[in-house]
Amino acid sequence: MGSDALINPSLPVRIAAWVMLAFLMAPVLIIIPVSFSSAQYLSFPPPGLSLQWYERFFGNKDWLSAIWVSVQVATLSAGLTIVVSTLAAIPLVRSDFSRKTLVYGLLLAPMIVPVIITAIALYFVFARIGMGGTVVAIAIGHTIVVMPIAIVVLSATLQGVDSRLENAAMSLGANRFQAFRKVTLPLIAPGIISAGLFAFLTSFDELVIPLFLGGPNAQTLAVRIWNSVMLEIEPTIAAVSTFLIALTVVVMIAANLVKKARRWA
Amino acid sequence: MSVQVDTQGTVRVSQTAAPAEETKASWRGGQLWLLLPALALLAVFFAYPLFDVVLRSFRDSQGGFTIQNYEAFFSRAIYIRVLLLTIEIAFLTTVFSLVVGYPLAYVLANSGPAARSFMMLCVMLPFMTSILVRTYGWMVILRPNGIVNTALVTLGLGETQLIYNRSGLMIGMVYTMLPYMVLTLYSVMRGIDGRFVAVAQSLGAGRWSAFWRIYFPLSMPGVAGGSLLVFILAAGFYITPRLMGGDRDQMLASIIAYQVDVLLNFNFASAIAVILLIITLACFGLYARVVGLKQLLTSKV
Repeated sequence: MGSDALINPSLPVRIAAWVMLAFLMAPVLIIIPVSFSSAQYLSFPPPGLSLQWYERFFGNKDWLSAIWVSVQVATLSAGLTIVVSTLAAIPLVRSDFSRKTLVYGLLLAPMIVPVIITAIALYFVFARIGMGGTVVAIAIGHTIVVMPIAIVVLSATLQGVDSRLENAAMSLGANRFQAFRKVTLPLIAPGIISAGLFAFLTSFDELVIPLFLGGPNAQTLAVRIWNSVMLEIEPTIAAVSTFLIALTVVVMIAANLVKKARRWA
Repeated sequence: MSVQVDTQGTVRVSQTAAPAEETKASWRGGQLWLLLPALALLAVFFAYPLFDVVLRSFRDSQGGFTIQNYEAFFSRAIYIRVLLLTIEIAFLTTVFSLVVGYPLAYVLANSGPAARSFMMLCVMLPFMTSILVRTYGWMVILRPNGIVNTALVTLGLGETQLIYNRSGLMIGMVYTMLPYMVLTLYSVMRGIDGRFVAVAQSLGAGRWSAFWRIYFPLSMPGVAGGSLLVFILAAGFYITPRLMGGDRDQMLASIIAYQVDVLLNFNFASAIAVILLIITLACFGLYARVVGLKQLLTSKV
């Protein structure tokens, strides 16, 4: 899509656009040099280079256990999200049923409700059934938040696969499950991987759900950062932040490679 | 396109793979149970908890039915102030994001492939990066001894309070919402044929009037969609107002969190949550009517 004929924006408009891009990148870019500062306090530009803040980050049990909790939560929630969303995408794309619009609306509803409301609603329910403050509770919360987007991505991916391929496999003797596993699944694998990566990153970074559902035993990295930032702006956070920016870049590159692989396939 | 929207704002999944009739028949029925895990998860961990919040908002401390939580909210000046402030901040965030995001989306949509992919990276990288990381970045830049203030002092202009007040809140909000606005505008602008503007100019319209009379009206779905999306997201926002706003600039979400976390006032917190939910759903209803759901899906993915 898109038109062949592009308009040539005038110079002031171009300048305004690049200033806005700088505005968007500034807070992300500023953190990286700060994290390598040799100063004992936060200063910019840094007087010299040092890895002291990374030593403090990776040498601290609290930070490491927070990373571990986040990895568990994000892995669990990404896994749950892609299984449930892939299954849901099949009838949404392949079946005709009268209430499809309603079902789609229900599945996408968590996208509309502010996360703070979802978080306190889950907090009340998990507290009642004694699941508050667990990794599983946070992972379920994140699955609810990410699932609508995963369903959209996976439905779109499945649209691109001709269902006649599956029927051909079935006419050659495969049962429906075999046909799906051997024919359709490999074809939609790139979509599943992208959705999984997106779910992992979203869960890793999301703060509001673990803020309410986490407890002393399930403090995610985001919650740990939040607690530090509320107290003081120390440069250790810059090292943690640079670590998270690197994670984001790695995930974006991985998602891009998956997309390219799909194009070549 | 995977999802279609009619004038009522309902979503339909179109069969672009165009399977033959008998193919469809082989899938009909039978497969619907695959929806069960997703629907069960949502019923237990989304629909029921929300329903519980609504019930709770009508409960007094003894567990009986009451509307005192709502009365308490609407009879106290401080809560009315928070409600109006939430709407005001969300509105201002929307206006600023639009003013700032429109030229960016315009240049993005009308650039060559190389420039466009670089610009897209500059929009997507911050968008995907943790909101805490970005907020921390702003704290480094804006705080009293931060970069901006150091520069101002060096230039002899004196220090300015840029964070922990209204200006900090607005910078943070506009910054966070800008990608949503830009991506929504961009997806609409990519569909506008530049030749319409060229034709208008060849017929004698000036650059400015060709833009205002041809391009801008064609981009209106993006303007409406982006604005409503940003308003909805901004109204329920929690993290940035807490970290970058002042104590007097707390919005509904912060008050809900405070009632739950500090005061353990669960029923009252539920009533405020219901009020925020009603505002959000009303805006979303307008959104679905004006723009349709397709925009929301494309801009978030």
